[in-house]
Amino acid sequence: MSCTRMETRLLGYIDGRLKESEQREMEKHLAACPACTVRVNEFRSVSSLLDELPQIEPSAAFDVRVRARIAAEPVKQNWWSWVGAAPRVLVAASMLLLATVWVGHRPADNANMASSNSGDETQIMQDQDLPVLENYDVLANFEPLTELSQADSTDDSSEQEM
Amino acid sequence: MARTDVQLMLDVKAGDEQSFALLLHRYRTPLVNFLYRMVRNREQAEDLAQEVFIRVYRARADYVPSAKFTTWLFRIATNLALNSVRDTRHQRMEVSLDAPVTVDSEEGDERRIDVAEKNPNIEEHLVQEAQRDMIRHAIDKLPEKQRAAVLLHKYQELDYGEISKILSCSESALKSLLFRAYETLRVELAPLVALRAKN
Repeated sequence: MSCTRMETRLLGYIDGRLKESEQREMEKHLAACPACTVRVNEFRSVSSLLDELPQIEPSAAFDVRVRARIAAEPVKQNWWSWVGAAPRVLVAASMLLLATVWVGHRPADNANMASSNSGDETQIMQDQDLPVLENYDVLANFEPLTELSQADSTDDSSEQEM
Repeated sequence: MARTDVQLMLDVKAGDEQSFALLLHRYRTPLVNFLYRMVRNREQAEDLAQEVFIRVYRARADYVPSAKFTTWLFRIATNLALNSVRDTRHQRMEVSLDAPVTVDSEEGDERRIDVAEKNPNIEEHLVQEAQRDMIRHAIDKLPEKQRAAVLLHKYQELDYGEISKILSCSESALKSLLFRAYETLRVELAPLVALRAKN
Protein backbone atom coordinates (compact mmCIF):
# COMPACT_ATOMS: atom_id res chain seq x y z
CA MET A 1 0.00 0.00 0.00
CA SER A 2 1.29 3.45 -0.90
CA CYS A 3 1.41 6.34 1.59
CA THR A 4 -1.25 8.22 -0.43
CA ARG A 5 -3.61 5.27 -0.33
CA MET A 6 -3.02 4.95 3.39
CA GLU A 7 -4.24 8.49 4.00
CA THR A 8 -7.93 7.66 3.50
CA ARG A 9 -7.65 4.67 5.83
CA LEU A 10 -5.59 6.28 8.56
CA LEU A 11 -8.48 7.51 10.72
CA GLY A 12 -10.37 4.27 10.21
CA TYR A 13 -7.28 2.45 11.45
CA ILE A 14 -7.04 4.66 14.54
CA ASP A 15 -10.80 4.24 15.18
CA GLY A 16 -10.61 0.47 14.72
CA ARG A 17 -13.18 0.63 11.93
CA LEU A 18 -11.19 -1.08 9.17
CA LYS A 19 -11.97 -4.55 7.86
CA GLU A 20 -9.57 -7.23 8.99
CA SER A 21 -7.82 -7.42 5.61
CA GLU A 22 -7.43 -3.61 5.50
CA GLN A 23 -6.12 -3.59 9.07
CA ARG A 24 -3.43 -6.15 8.18
CA GLU A 25 -2.47 -4.16 5.08
CA MET A 26 -2.11 -0.98 7.16
CA GLU A 27 0.06 -2.66 9.78
CA LYS A 28 2.27 -4.10 7.08
CA HIS A 29 2.74 -0.62 5.58
CA LEU A 30 3.39 1.04 8.94
CA ALA A 31 6.03 -1.55 9.78
CA ALA A 32 7.95 -0.42 6.70
CA CYS A 33 7.18 3.34 6.71
CA PRO A 34 8.48 5.48 9.63
CA ALA A 35 6.91 8.67 8.23
CA CYS A 36 3.41 7.16 8.23
CA THR A 37 4.01 5.67 11.67
CA VAL A 38 4.84 9.17 13.01
CA ARG A 39 1.73 10.52 11.33
CA VAL A 40 -0.47 7.82 12.91
CA ASN A 41 0.96 8.60 16.35
CA GLU A 42 0.44 12.34 15.88
CA PHE A 43 -3.14 11.82 14.70
CA ARG A 44 -3.72 9.77 17.85
CA SER A 45 -2.34 12.68 19.92
CA VAL A 46 -4.66 15.12 18.17
CA SER A 47 -7.61 12.85 18.91
CA SER A 48 -6.54 12.65 22.54
CA LEU A 49 -6.19 16.46 22.74
CA LEU A 50 -9.73 16.87 21.36
CA ASP A 51 -10.93 14.73 24.27
CA GLU A 52 -9.70 17.43 26.66
CA LEU A 53 -12.36 19.93 25.66
CA PRO A 54 -14.98 19.82 28.40
CA GLN A 55 -18.62 19.29 27.63
CA ILE A 56 -21.00 22.10 28.51
CA GLU A 57 -24.47 21.63 29.95
CA PRO A 58 -27.50 23.37 28.46
CA SER A 59 -28.81 26.20 30.61
CA ALA A 60 -31.53 25.50 33.17
CA ALA A 61 -34.07 27.35 31.03
CA PHE A 62 -33.36 25.39 27.84
CA ASP A 63 -36.21 22.88 28.15
CA VAL A 64 -38.63 25.58 29.26
CA ARG A 65 -37.81 27.68 26.18
CA VAL A 66 -38.28 24.73 23.84
CA ARG A 67 -41.66 23.91 25.41
CA ALA A 68 -42.72 27.56 25.23
CA ARG A 69 -41.89 27.69 21.54
CA ILE A 70 -43.78 24.47 20.91
CA ALA A 71 -46.81 25.78 22.80
CA ALA A 72 -46.74 28.85 20.55
CA GLU A 73 -46.79 26.71 17.41
CA PRO A 74 -50.08 26.97 15.46
CA VAL A 75 -52.24 23.88 15.88
CA LYS A 76 -52.53 21.95 12.64
CA GLN A 77 -56.17 21.21 11.79
CA ASN A 78 -57.32 18.79 9.16
CA TRP A 79 -60.81 18.75 7.73
CA TRP A 80 -61.80 15.89 10.00
CA SER A 81 -61.11 17.84 13.15
CA TRP A 82 -64.36 19.84 13.15
CA VAL A 83 -66.34 16.60 13.13
CA GLY A 84 -65.07 15.61 16.53
CA ALA A 85 -65.34 19.15 17.82
CA ALA A 86 -68.99 19.75 16.81
CA PRO A 87 -71.10 16.61 16.39
CA ARG A 88 -74.33 18.64 16.52
CA VAL A 89 -73.13 20.64 13.56
CA LEU A 90 -72.52 17.38 11.71
CA VAL A 91 -76.03 16.11 12.50
CA ALA A 92 -77.62 19.38 11.41
CA ALA A 93 -75.61 19.45 8.20
CA SER A 94 -76.57 15.85 7.42
CA MET A 95 -80.27 16.57 7.92
CA LEU A 96 -80.05 19.65 5.71
CA LEU A 97 -78.37 17.62 3.00
CA LEU A 98 -81.04 14.91 3.17
CA ALA A 99 -83.82 17.52 3.01
CA THR A 100 -82.22 19.13 -0.04
CA VAL A 101 -81.97 15.79 -1.80
CA TRP A 102 -85.60 14.91 -0.96
CA VAL A 103 -86.96 18.26 -2.20
CA GLY A 104 -84.96 17.95 -5.37
CA HIS A 105 -86.42 14.54 -6.21
CA ARG A 106 -90.05 15.30 -5.22
CA PRO A 107 -92.67 15.20 -8.15
CA ALA A 108 -93.28 18.75 -9.66
CA ASP A 109 -97.23 18.88 -10.05
CA ASN A 110 -100.48 16.80 -9.99
CA ALA A 111 -100.72 16.41 -13.82
CA ASN A 112 -97.50 14.58 -13.84
CA MET A 113 -98.77 12.43 -11.00
CA ALA A 114 -101.95 11.58 -12.96
CA SER A 115 -100.08 10.68 -16.10
CA SER A 116 -97.70 8.55 -14.19
CA ASN A 117 -100.65 6.75 -12.62
CA SER A 118 -102.12 5.79 -16.02
CA GLY A 119 -98.95 4.03 -16.98
CA ASP A 120 -96.07 4.19 -19.38
CA GLU A 121 -98.15 4.16 -22.56
CA THR A 122 -99.98 7.35 -21.66
CA GLN A 123 -96.67 8.98 -20.73
CA ILE A 124 -95.19 8.03 -24.09
CA MET A 125 -98.20 9.45 -25.92
CA GLN A 126 -97.98 12.73 -24.01
CA ASP A 127 -94.28 13.00 -24.82
CA GLN A 128 -95.07 12.53 -28.49
CA ASP A 129 -97.76 15.29 -28.44
CA LEU A 130 -95.43 17.89 -26.91
CA PRO A 131 -93.87 19.08 -30.21
CA VAL A 132 -97.37 19.55 -31.69
CA LEU A 133 -98.61 21.52 -28.66
CA GLU A 134 -95.63 23.80 -28.89
CA ASN A 135 -96.34 24.72 -32.57
CA TYR A 136 -98.76 27.72 -32.57
CA ASP A 137 -99.44 27.57 -36.30
CA VAL A 138 -100.71 24.03 -35.94
CA LEU A 139 -102.87 24.98 -33.00
CA ALA A 140 -104.35 28.03 -34.70
CA ASN A 141 -105.51 25.97 -37.70
CA PHE A 142 -106.56 22.92 -35.78
CA GLU A 143 -110.21 22.38 -36.71
CA PRO A 144 -111.29 20.49 -33.57
CA LEU A 145 -110.14 23.44 -31.46
CA THR A 146 -112.08 25.94 -33.62
CA GLU A 147 -115.18 23.77 -33.22
CA LEU A 148 -114.51 23.65 -29.51
CA SER A 149 -114.43 27.40 -29.18
CA GLN A 150 -117.84 27.61 -30.89
CA ALA A 151 -119.21 24.92 -28.56
CA ASP A 152 -117.93 26.81 -25.49
CA SER A 153 -119.63 30.02 -26.47
CA THR A 154 -122.95 28.08 -26.96
CA ASP A 155 -122.66 26.54 -23.46
CA ASP A 156 -121.96 29.87 -21.85
CA SER A 157 -125.07 31.43 -23.31
CA SER A 158 -127.25 28.50 -22.17
CA GLU A 159 -125.87 28.78 -18.61
CA GLN A 160 -126.67 32.44 -18.47
CA GLU A 161 -130.28 31.77 -19.41
CA MET A 162 -130.49 29.35 -16.43
CA MET B 1 -36.35 -1.39 27.98
CA ALA B 2 -35.76 2.12 26.60
CA ARG B 3 -37.48 2.90 23.33
CA THR B 4 -35.30 3.60 20.29
CA ASP B 5 -35.16 7.03 18.71
CA VAL B 6 -37.34 5.84 15.82
CA GLN B 7 -39.97 4.41 18.18
CA LEU B 8 -40.02 7.64 20.16
CA MET B 9 -40.35 9.74 17.02
CA LEU B 10 -43.18 7.56 15.70
CA ASP B 11 -44.92 8.03 19.05
CA VAL B 12 -44.44 11.79 18.71
CA LYS B 13 -46.03 11.51 15.28
CA ALA B 14 -48.99 9.78 16.92
CA GLY B 15 -49.37 12.71 19.31
CA ASP B 16 -47.42 11.56 22.36
CA GLU B 17 -45.86 14.71 23.83
CA GLN B 18 -44.02 12.72 26.50
CA SER B 19 -42.00 10.93 23.82
CA PHE B 20 -40.87 14.30 22.48
CA ALA B 21 -39.76 15.27 25.98
CA LEU B 22 -37.67 12.08 26.12
CA LEU B 23 -36.00 12.91 22.78
CA LEU B 24 -35.34 16.42 24.02
CA HIS B 25 -33.70 15.07 27.17
CA ARG B 26 -31.65 12.53 25.22
CA TYR B 27 -30.19 14.93 22.64
CA ARG B 28 -30.11 18.43 24.10
CA THR B 29 -26.59 18.10 25.53
CA PRO B 30 -24.94 16.57 22.43
CA LEU B 31 -26.70 19.11 20.22
CA VAL B 32 -25.78 22.14 22.33
CA ASN B 33 -22.16 20.97 22.51
CA PHE B 34 -21.90 20.33 18.77
CA LEU B 35 -23.42 23.72 17.99
CA TYR B 36 -21.30 25.50 20.60
CA ARG B 37 -18.13 24.06 19.09
CA MET B 38 -19.34 25.11 15.64
CA VAL B 39 -20.43 28.69 16.37
CA ARG B 40 -18.34 29.40 19.51
CA ASN B 41 -21.12 31.34 21.20
CA ARG B 42 -23.10 29.69 23.97
CA GLU B 43 -26.29 31.72 23.62
CA GLN B 44 -26.34 31.29 19.88
CA ALA B 45 -25.68 27.55 20.26
CA GLU B 46 -28.71 27.19 22.54
CA ASP B 47 -30.91 29.22 20.18
CA LEU B 48 -29.86 27.00 17.29
CA ALA B 49 -30.40 23.82 19.34
CA GLN B 50 -33.91 25.00 20.21
CA GLU B 51 -34.55 25.65 16.52
CA VAL B 52 -33.44 22.07 15.72
CA PHE B 53 -36.00 20.64 18.17
CA ILE B 54 -38.74 22.94 16.87
CA ARG B 55 -38.10 21.77 13.31
CA VAL B 56 -38.19 18.16 14.42
CA TYR B 57 -41.50 18.82 16.15
CA ARG B 58 -42.97 20.60 13.11
CA ALA B 59 -41.99 17.70 10.85
CA ARG B 60 -43.53 15.05 13.11
CA ALA B 61 -46.66 14.50 10.98
CA ASP B 62 -44.58 13.66 7.91
CA TYR B 63 -41.87 11.67 9.71
CA VAL B 64 -40.79 8.47 7.98
CA PRO B 65 -37.91 6.46 9.47
CA SER B 66 -35.97 6.26 6.20
CA ALA B 67 -32.68 7.14 7.91
CA LYS B 68 -31.27 7.05 11.42
CA PHE B 69 -32.79 9.66 13.68
CA THR B 70 -29.34 11.05 14.57
CA THR B 71 -28.55 11.50 10.88
CA TRP B 72 -31.68 13.58 10.45
CA LEU B 73 -31.17 15.51 13.71
CA PHE B 74 -27.55 16.42 13.05
CA ARG B 75 -28.23 17.22 9.44
CA ILE B 76 -30.65 19.92 10.58
CA ALA B 77 -28.13 21.08 13.19
CA THR B 78 -25.22 21.16 10.73
CA ASN B 79 -27.17 23.15 8.16
CA LEU B 80 -28.25 25.68 10.78
CA ALA B 81 -24.71 25.94 12.13
CA LEU B 82 -23.12 26.38 8.70
CA ASN B 83 -25.63 29.11 7.82
CA SER B 84 -25.03 30.82 11.15
CA VAL B 85 -21.25 30.71 10.83
CA ARG B 86 -21.38 32.18 7.35
CA ASP B 87 -23.83 34.89 8.42
CA THR B 88 -21.84 36.00 11.46
CA ARG B 89 -18.32 35.52 10.17
CA HIS B 90 -17.77 39.27 9.78
CA GLN B 91 -19.12 39.93 13.27
CA ARG B 92 -16.70 37.67 15.13
CA MET B 93 -14.37 39.69 17.32
CA GLU B 94 -10.82 38.67 18.03
CA VAL B 95 -9.89 38.38 21.70
CA SER B 96 -7.33 40.95 22.73
CA LEU B 97 -4.28 39.66 24.54
CA ASP B 98 -4.62 42.63 26.95
CA ALA B 99 -8.14 41.64 27.96
CA PRO B 100 -8.58 40.11 31.41
CA VAL B 101 -8.28 36.34 31.40
CA THR B 102 -11.64 34.67 31.93
CA VAL B 103 -12.13 31.02 32.66
CA ASP B 104 -15.14 28.83 31.83
CA SER B 105 -15.72 26.42 34.64
CA GLU B 106 -17.34 23.06 33.90
CA GLU B 107 -20.71 24.50 35.00
CA GLY B 108 -20.37 27.27 32.41
CA ASP B 109 -19.80 30.14 34.85
CA GLU B 110 -17.09 32.63 34.09
CA ARG B 111 -14.63 33.83 36.72
CA ARG B 112 -12.07 36.55 36.31
CA ILE B 113 -8.64 35.32 37.33
CA ASP B 114 -5.80 37.54 38.50
CA VAL B 115 -2.76 36.28 36.60
CA ALA B 116 -0.47 37.77 39.25
CA GLU B 117 -1.60 35.17 41.80
CA LYS B 118 1.15 32.76 42.77
CA ASN B 119 -1.15 29.87 43.71
CA PRO B 120 0.23 26.79 41.86
CA ASN B 121 -3.23 25.32 41.50
CA ILE B 122 -4.35 28.42 39.68
CA GLU B 123 -1.23 28.34 37.50
CA GLU B 124 -1.87 24.74 36.60
CA HIS B 125 -5.44 25.61 35.86
CA LEU B 126 -4.33 28.50 33.67
CA VAL B 127 -1.97 26.25 31.72
CA GLN B 128 -4.70 23.73 31.20
CA GLU B 129 -7.11 26.43 30.11
CA ALA B 130 -4.55 27.92 27.74
CA GLN B 131 -4.14 24.50 26.12
CA ARG B 132 -7.89 24.19 25.77
CA ASP B 133 -8.04 27.64 24.18
CA MET B 134 -5.37 26.53 21.73
CA ILE B 135 -7.40 23.44 20.83
CA ARG B 136 -10.59 25.49 20.45
CA HIS B 137 -8.75 28.03 18.31
CA ALA B 138 -7.34 25.28 16.09
CA ILE B 139 -10.85 23.86 15.57
CA ASP B 140 -12.19 27.36 14.87
CA LYS B 141 -9.62 27.87 12.13
CA LEU B 142 -10.80 24.82 10.21
CA PRO B 143 -13.06 25.47 7.21
CA GLU B 144 -16.69 24.98 8.30
CA LYS B 145 -17.23 21.65 6.60
CA GLN B 146 -13.98 20.18 7.95
CA ARG B 147 -14.92 21.47 11.40
CA ALA B 148 -18.34 19.85 11.22
CA ALA B 149 -16.77 16.58 10.03
CA VAL B 150 -14.29 16.52 12.92
CA LEU B 151 -16.94 17.36 15.52
CA LEU B 152 -19.39 14.75 14.22
CA HIS B 153 -16.64 12.13 13.96
CA LYS B 154 -14.93 12.83 17.28
CA TYR B 155 -17.66 13.92 19.66
CA GLN B 156 -20.81 12.34 18.28
CA GLU B 157 -19.00 9.14 17.25
CA LEU B 158 -21.12 8.82 14.14
CA ASP B 159 -19.97 6.39 11.48
CA TYR B 160 -18.66 7.53 8.11
CA GLY B 161 -21.89 6.65 6.34
CA GLU B 162 -23.95 8.84 8.63
CA ILE B 163 -21.53 11.78 8.51
CA SER B 164 -21.36 11.63 4.72
CA LYS B 165 -25.18 11.82 4.56
CA ILE B 166 -25.21 14.75 6.99
CA LEU B 167 -22.59 16.63 4.96
CA SER B 168 -24.06 15.55 1.61
CA CYS B 169 -20.85 14.01 0.30
CA SER B 170 -19.55 10.56 -0.57
CA GLU B 171 -17.78 8.43 2.03
CA SER B 172 -14.49 8.73 0.18
CA ALA B 173 -14.88 12.53 0.06
CA LEU B 174 -15.61 12.51 3.78
CA LYS B 175 -12.51 10.44 4.60
CA SER B 176 -10.45 12.88 2.55
CA LEU B 177 -12.09 15.81 4.38
CA LEU B 178 -11.33 14.27 7.76
CA PHE B 179 -7.75 13.49 6.80
CA ARG B 180 -7.14 17.13 5.76
CA ALA B 181 -8.77 18.38 8.96
CA TYR B 182 -6.61 16.22 11.20
CA GLU B 183 -3.55 17.14 9.18
CA THR B 184 -4.30 20.84 9.81
CA LEU B 185 -4.92 20.22 13.50
CA ARG B 186 -1.68 18.26 13.72
CA VAL B 187 0.21 21.32 12.43
CA GLU B 188 -1.74 23.87 14.54
CA LEU B 189 -1.34 21.84 17.71
CA ALA B 190 2.27 20.78 17.03
CA PRO B 191 3.60 22.10 20.40
CA LEU B 192 0.96 20.17 22.31
CA VAL B 193 1.37 17.10 20.11
CA ALA B 194 5.13 17.14 20.76
CA LEU B 195 4.51 17.50 24.50
CA ARG B 196 2.20 14.52 24.41
CA ALA B 197 4.71 12.47 22.43
CA LYS B 198 7.36 13.16 25.12
CA ASN B 199 5.02 11.98 27.84
